Amino acid sequence: MSELRDRIQSIITDEPVSLFMKGTPQFVMCGNSDRALRALLDAGAPVTAVDVLPDPEIRQELSALSGWPTIPQVFIRGELVGGADIVEELHESGELRRRLDEALGADRKPVVQTVALAS
Amino acid sequence: MTVVDALETRLRAAFPDAAALSVEDRTGGGDHFQVVVESGRFAGLSLVEQHRLVYDALAEPLADGTIHELRIRTRAAAPVETGGTA
Repeated sequence: MSELRDRIQSIITDEPVSLFMKGTPQFVMCGNSDRALRALLDAGAPVTAVDVLPDPEIRQELSALSGWPTIPQVFIRGELVGGADIVEELHESGELRRRLDEALGADRKPVVQTVALAS
Repeated sequence: MTVVDALETRLRAAFPDAAALSVEDRTGGGDHFQVVVESGRFAGLSLVEQHRLVYDALAEPLADGTIHELRIRTRAAAPVETGGTA
């Protein structure tokens, strides 16, 4: 297993909520990444964002791990929640907030931190 | 055959029972699509599993770049009502 894949796996496993996106929360490069980020923050999620654009290998290794072909990808406590469509749909139904409450407790804040992955 | 038709053909093959199935070219550019599928195959599956089935059906156009962006909406087809439930 490559070192890059190990680092992606640790982020997925260790971070409460991870969002693999195109761009950064400060400079989002894709409408779908933006939709996922907004839904997460609106549901009060602490988001750890990882930009997949600096190196195509990040995206390849991520999809190899998750079995999900597109970006963005959202994980809560290591579990794949889905892409922008699912996260938005779960947010609209209130299910996203419920799952965040269940995984992280109700005492949480919608904050963003970024992790840079460059090989 | 247009790209929209080609994608719809793939989806119909994967979801022959579909109660609703549509492919829309969202931007008119021929590479950003919205697909809607309502099928009995989704019954009992999570949204992640439902979307995976759609990705599987469209694996080739996703891999070869035909689809640049894909929005998916899935619904489990409602079972036939046989009686009233409270």
